[in-house]
Amino acid sequence: MSLGPYASFILTSYALATVVVLILIAWIAIDYRHQKERLRELDAAGIVRRSGRSAVDIR
Amino acid sequence: MTLTDLANPTRFLTLTGRLLPWLAASTALLLLIGLYQSAVAPDDYQQGATVKIMFIHVPNAWLSMFVWGVMSLAALGTLVWRHPLADVAAKTAAPIGASFTFLALVTGSLWGRPMWGTYWEWDARLTSVLILFLMYLGLIALWRAVEDPSRAARAAAILTLVGAINLPIIKFSVDWWNTLHQPASVMRIGGPSLDRAFLIPLLLMALAFSLLFLTLHLAAMRNEILRRRVRALQMMQASQRSA
Repeated sequence: MSLGPYASFILTSYALATVVVLILIAWIAIDYRHQKERLRELDAAGIVRRSGRSAVDIR
Repeated sequence: MTLTDLANPTRFLTLTGRLLPWLAASTALLLLIGLYQSAVAPDDYQQGATVKIMFIHVPNAWLSMFVWGVMSLAALGTLVWRHPLADVAAKTAAPIGASFTFLALVTGSLWGRPMWGTYWEWDARLTSVLILFLMYLGLIALWRAVEDPSRAARAAAILTLVGAINLPIIKFSVDWWNTLHQPASVMRIGGPSLDRAFLIPLLLMALAFSLLFLTLHLAAMRNEILRRRVRALQMMQASQRSA
């Protein structure tokens, strides 16, 4: 597959899209882990939800 | 399960827990197929291999507007029904929409340089999409500036609905004004003018990016619900300490 004289423009576009999508995925995954960690800390401190369920029970 | 059931945050968390692995796998598979089809697509007789930029530029451009459309529906949910999940949906869609808009602008610029001879031109399509990007950033800043989510929700919903005026301007800018940007070649009266060799990879990539949005949005909504639960529990903890 030859990308011709404008290969750098094409490859930069695809590389940039890959980087942005990976950053989005990483950001959401790290945020999820962070929220679960905070809920675990609250659970360890004995804080329960109004429903009586544990803070870490995300159902 | 009815739509009302899904509007319950706890049931929503249960459902997303089940759906997300399947959605992520489907997205990855469709992205791989779309990328392969884009790689093997023939060169355009005028644009050469730069036509491959279209397969990521156009899905991102479509999604930049679609996400604002989703946020506008959610804004109605916030203002009319005052449902907390509507605000969660709008707030979490904004960074994803901003990312798609950023990619549409940058890949469009990288496509424009070899084809038009310039990275940027202040024409109606490019400028209206840049305004959309700035509106996304403004909304994100608004949500971050106000600590109480319920207070930010109403202001953000109004701003989102006002910003929706920009969507038809973006769509029809190429018809209403003389622009460097080409007119619509897929969503047009009379059907797509693109050859099947380009249309199929383009639609596959559009579907893959749409699934990507759905997956990321549901995951981000789950995070936001958990963040609000953390906040509520921290407030309970603080009130127990002060009692």
